[in-house]
Amino acid sequence: MAFGSMAEIIEKCEKEKIEFWQAVLLEDISERDTNEEESREKMCSLWHAMLESSESYDPHLKSNSGLVGGQGKKMGDYVEKGDSYCGEFVGHVIRRALEMGESNACMRRIVAAPTAGACGVMPAVLVTLFRERMVDEEKIINALYVSAGIGQVIAARAFIAGAAGGCQAEIGAASAMAAGALAYIKGGHGEEISAAAGMALQNLMGLVCDPVAGLVEVPCVKRNVVGAVNALSCADMAAAGLKSAIPTDEIIDAMREVGEALPPSLKETGKGGAANTPTGRKIREELMGEG
Amino acid sequence: MNIFDILGPVMVGPSSSHTAGAVRIGLTAIKLLGEKPTEAQITLSGSFAATGRGHGTDRAIVAGLLGMKPDDMRIPHSFEEAEKSGLRFKIKNGYIPNSHPNTALICLTGEKGATVEAQLCSLGGGRIMINTLDGVEINCTGECPTIIVHNVDVPGHVARVAGMLAQNGINIATMNLCRDKRGGNAVMVIETDQNIEKEKLNYLESVDGVTKVTYIGEN
Repeated sequence: MAFGSMAEIIEKCEKEKIEFWQAVLLEDISERDTNEEESREKMCSLWHAMLESSESYDPHLKSNSGLVGGQGKKMGDYVEKGDSYCGEFVGHVIRRALEMGESNACMRRIVAAPTAGACGVMPAVLVTLFRERMVDEEKIINALYVSAGIGQVIAARAFIAGAAGGCQAEIGAASAMAAGALAYIKGGHGEEISAAAGMALQNLMGLVCDPVAGLVEVPCVKRNVVGAVNALSCADMAAAGLKSAIPTDEIIDAMREVGEALPPSLKETGKGGAANTPTGRKIREELMGEG
Repeated sequence: MNIFDILGPVMVGPSSSHTAGAVRIGLTAIKLLGEKPTEAQITLSGSFAATGRGHGTDRAIVAGLLGMKPDDMRIPHSFEEAEKSGLRFKIKNGYIPNSHPNTALICLTGEKGATVEAQLCSLGGGRIMINTLDGVEINCTGECPTIIVHNVDVPGHVARVAGMLAQNGINIATMNLCRDKRGGNAVMVIETDQNIEKEKLNYLESVDGVTKVTYIGEN
């Protein structure tokens, strides 16, 4: 049975003296009736797909609607000038988040993590660490297990689809997953991983799903940036010893409550938020030929 | 959900429910047909219809009908691929009552004359469900090996099928029986743990009272 709470995973780690990622790996082996080699191979090929997808960004592509395309390149050029507020490392995380979001919109190959709309968050941080900070592949794979365990708990207690719970369930979930992965890579254990994930989700509580013209483009591409950068800040806070006063499992439950309270207009119907602005409605009319 | 439902699938964007799920709908439909399709009528309803074009749902379903997997980079060009491979298709928006927001009704004709009409829906995260097959509600995912037997509702058919599976060491995971009325037309939907060779199913097709056998193998 998949883990139903962060507390459960941490308890298992303490009892069996294992790491968070190991607990998730062992559970996968039991759930899918397989072995460690097969599981890691599968995770490894997923990582390679993420890496390939990130590095095959095409700056000349534009989405069918024309709303996105080339923005990742623009960001990269600006970061390279060396004068950005975020600096090089975070600048490249932002650039990669944009690039992946755009690739998704342009019907390129991506890895849903946990969804296609949020596919930019995890690779933005992991690929940047891999390439710029030389984190080795084995650690990245372990980190992916950490993130998957967090995602499983969120999916079990709340949701991971914008249509069900708003963008807090997609970008929010991806951000929590990435924060946990980052906390692990920094040397954190169960408490830090849980703290990072909890803070990340808490920070994005209430985020709505308001796709302009119903497309996974505006504001979706740029929301991948907030997901990634939020994960970085929360992982750093956790490493500094900070955590929310609210336990992570309760934060996840709160996210579910908020998601249930959100009106349908803010849950992937394209009828509220950015989608319902005068410009948003105009774009919809022009693209779909309807009001 | 297992961890590879959380991380993954590897897919062509932009949407796991409206693109990747749509490809899997096409792939499952041709498995139900059992041969290469030459003609397809596709009706999209609900959210599929509303955001379908922008999410490439139409191209994704056709890609699935051509046998492409959800991460095939040719998906955006599936209409051109369909022309090259001789698949004639029509796509329209329609209203399908009592259905999931991401539903497609697909009618296929195969190169050897087989036909099938199936209603399928995309549940999210790339997962799909077969709701009806040739008008009968079956509600199965098609993710594990599935045998669907259409037969006349008389005693003996369930035992015959179960016996054949037992003889071949196939373990039944779930079994769903339904019928339109007593003594009328019945459908057995059996999900198994293991694959079964198509030849073993030919025996079933020849049994008196069995009108159709459909098999969805493991992908």
